[in-house]
Amino acid sequence: MLNRAKRLALAAATALALVPGAAWPQARTDLVVGMRLEPPHLDPTAGAAAAIDEVTYANLFEPLTRVNADGKVVPGLAQSWTVSKDGLTYSFRLRPNAKFHDGSAADSADVKFSLDRARAADSVNAQKAYFAAIDTVETPDPQTVVVTLSRPDGLFLFHMASGDAAIVAPETAATNKQTPVGTGPFKFERWVSGDRVILARNPAYDGAQPALDRVTFRFISDPAAQVAALKAGDIDTFPQFDTYEALPEFRANPAFMVMVGSTEGETILGTNNGRKPFDDVRVRRAMAHAIDRKTLIDGVLFGNGAAIGSHFPPHRAGYVDLTGMYPYDPEKAKALLAEAGHADGFETTLKLPPPIYARRSGELIAAMLAEVGIRVKVEPMEWAPWLEKVFRGKDYDLTLIAHTEPLDIDIYGRPDYYFNYKSERFLKVEEELNRTQDPVKREKLYAEQQQILAEDAVNAFLFMLPAATVQNAKIEGMWLNRPIQANDVTAVRWK
Amino acid sequence: MLAFLVRRLLTLALTAWLATMVVFAVLEVVPGDPALLMLGTQAQPDTLAALRAQMGLDQPIPVRYLRWVGGLLTGDLGTSLTYARPVADLVAERLAITLPLAAMALVLSAVIAIPLGLTAASRHGRAGDWAVMAFGQVGIAVPSFWFAILLILGFSVKLGWFPAGGFPGWQAGAGPALKALLLPAVALALPEAAILARVTRSAALDTLREDYVRTAWAKGLRRRTVLIRHVLPNALIPVATILGLQCAFLIAGAVVVENVFTLPGLGRLLYQAIGQHDLIVVQSVVVLLAMSVVVVNALVDVAYAAIDPRPRVRT
Repeated sequence: MLNRAKRLALAAATALALVPGAAWPQARTDLVVGMRLEPPHLDPTAGAAAAIDEVTYANLFEPLTRVNADGKVVPGLAQSWTVSKDGLTYSFRLRPNAKFHDGSAADSADVKFSLDRARAADSVNAQKAYFAAIDTVETPDPQTVVVTLSRPDGLFLFHMASGDAAIVAPETAATNKQTPVGTGPFKFERWVSGDRVILARNPAYDGAQPALDRVTFRFISDPAAQVAALKAGDIDTFPQFDTYEALPEFRANPAFMVMVGSTEGETILGTNNGRKPFDDVRVRRAMAHAIDRKTLIDGVLFGNGAAIGSHFPPHRAGYVDLTGMYPYDPEKAKALLAEAGHADGFETTLKLPPPIYARRSGELIAAMLAEVGIRVKVEPMEWAPWLEKVFRGKDYDLTLIAHTEPLDIDIYGRPDYYFNYKSERFLKVEEELNRTQDPVKREKLYAEQQQILAEDAVNAFLFMLPAATVQNAKIEGMWLNRPIQANDVTAVRWK
Repeated sequence: MLAFLVRRLLTLALTAWLATMVVFAVLEVVPGDPALLMLGTQAQPDTLAALRAQMGLDQPIPVRYLRWVGGLLTGDLGTSLTYARPVADLVAERLAITLPLAAMALVLSAVIAIPLGLTAASRHGRAGDWAVMAFGQVGIAVPSFWFAILLILGFSVKLGWFPAGGFPGWQAGAGPALKALLLPAVALALPEAAILARVTRSAALDTLREDYVRTAWAKGLRRRTVLIRHVLPNALIPVATILGLQCAFLIAGAVVVENVFTLPGLGRLLYQAIGQHDLIVVQSVVVLLAMSVVVVNALVDVAYAAIDPRPRVRT
């Protein structure tokens, strides 16, 4: 029973809430997020485009497990799980009241369907390898899924947290590209092709309700247009803002807030280890000595980025600082080249994909390599030919690219990968990693791998691609770092 | 007349067929695999093969060409490789922005240019004339993309009256949609208006020297009446010709302006499809554009033939 005073207060509060523009301003509940690229479609289980996950991950679709702002694996559609001693059996317990946006229950049958679909012979999942270790998926009851692996996979829970492992319903799987139906706290509302995707709060969500009612993702590829849209207030927050030269201007403006965190993007001078003269480790070490990372980071990222000495991000457990192994030393580089029989240097080609960081870094590195006698011809390319020629065809000498997948040091163990790098030592550690669940032991093994890559100077390791976010100063809850390609807005609110 | 029409139709068909051959061949030669582009750097060979089969890319080149052309003949433009949607839907959606934008720009340029041109002509050699001529020079010289950026800086960033770009969709209502199109239409209209103002001025000057205009002045008619009743209708003939020519320029100019204002029009669709190697969209949109030019040209020829019999008898 409410007493009279309380009832009066409640009535007054209700009345106030009904008056538009009442004494205290209501916090906004809509958010416009800026993105550089439009997703080709909205099904994260059928495409590699980061933009798909940047709209749907955690907001619209949920995998069994998910990655949070700190890069840790936390419960997703599965509220808990157990792993058998031998690391082969994973038993997931699903959230009991989870529902798809069409109202149907999200149960173990949907999980089995999703996992089986991803690993099927005709699967078009961009990360099919994540599911390769799965032997069987069983559903003892609607809330329980038991996954049995054919071999231990230390990264299984991490991989099941990727957008590619999103849980979808068999009834809607075929139409998710245009009208995605997931289990997340936001549901799909509208897609204005070429311009924006709008998500609305899902009132039927069984977990914590987000503070936002409506989230609009707008796609603006032109840097000048991005800056104008932020200044005009058309965009509230722009994660992955890569017009670094505009950051000081936004920092100086109290209406905006600028955050610079880290991505998973190890930026490397990709080197064809299978081609002369790069098959000689002395040549690769010479290049590592010839590059002044400080100048590179200042010139390309306007100081916003950390140098790396191997293929591992500094913010992850297990990182070893190897940036001191090849200090900037042109004389040493020349000596190493002479030792390898290239006293007069040599000519080579550097093929650059379209991102700004790649084009700018490429020009600077060509100039730095010229100092030690390596004459570099820079060749800019579009994405499609780059993927076809450099990545698949391995028809290149040097290239420059950020590898943005999280924990992807295993690419150095893949047969036929575009670096043409072969190392028994590295592969042995990789096998042990796959057998190891213990986090401390895993960190040691990762450290060992970083050491091997640095010693072999497989590629010249340059810097971590920064994650800059420019936003209205009144927004809180956006991620600082990018442990996974996502714009998780479930915890975002206006102050 | 019938023989002429048949001849025209045959030429039309031949041109269209050549256009499909050229577009298809060029896209085959350009390197890049749409399936690889979609699956990215983690793609497994078996997944790639599955996706290529799903997209129909595993078929031999002649089969793919015939299927595409066969589809075009039956009005099926195919399905976009990246968006997984019918190309006809995509094009229709984008035309719903590009066509109103071009139409708004066309109307704006006529509304600005014709009164300016008439005023200038009636004040020949005086300050008003010089002002219009100066506007014409500047308007032609200023590139529309740069003018577009100025408009954004002024009206969106500084004043906050208009969005700095983007399109809310017609579903959001005609008001916001037209508001989003206004600045781009102004940017697109300026250079066209400048040209048109100069054309109107010189056409009006010519007409002003005609005897019937002198008669009108002599009757003691008011300046306004002379200009609007007697000068304008006759000066409009060259103006209308130029205005018609500008339609094609407006569609081309829309590609540039759409990119500055990030408007999802047909130009941007084509631009993005090339980047994503969406062969089906590029092929179909290019052929569609080529066809519309061919058809318009044919219509113009037919219209000329109706007015002037000479082309009909020429073999």
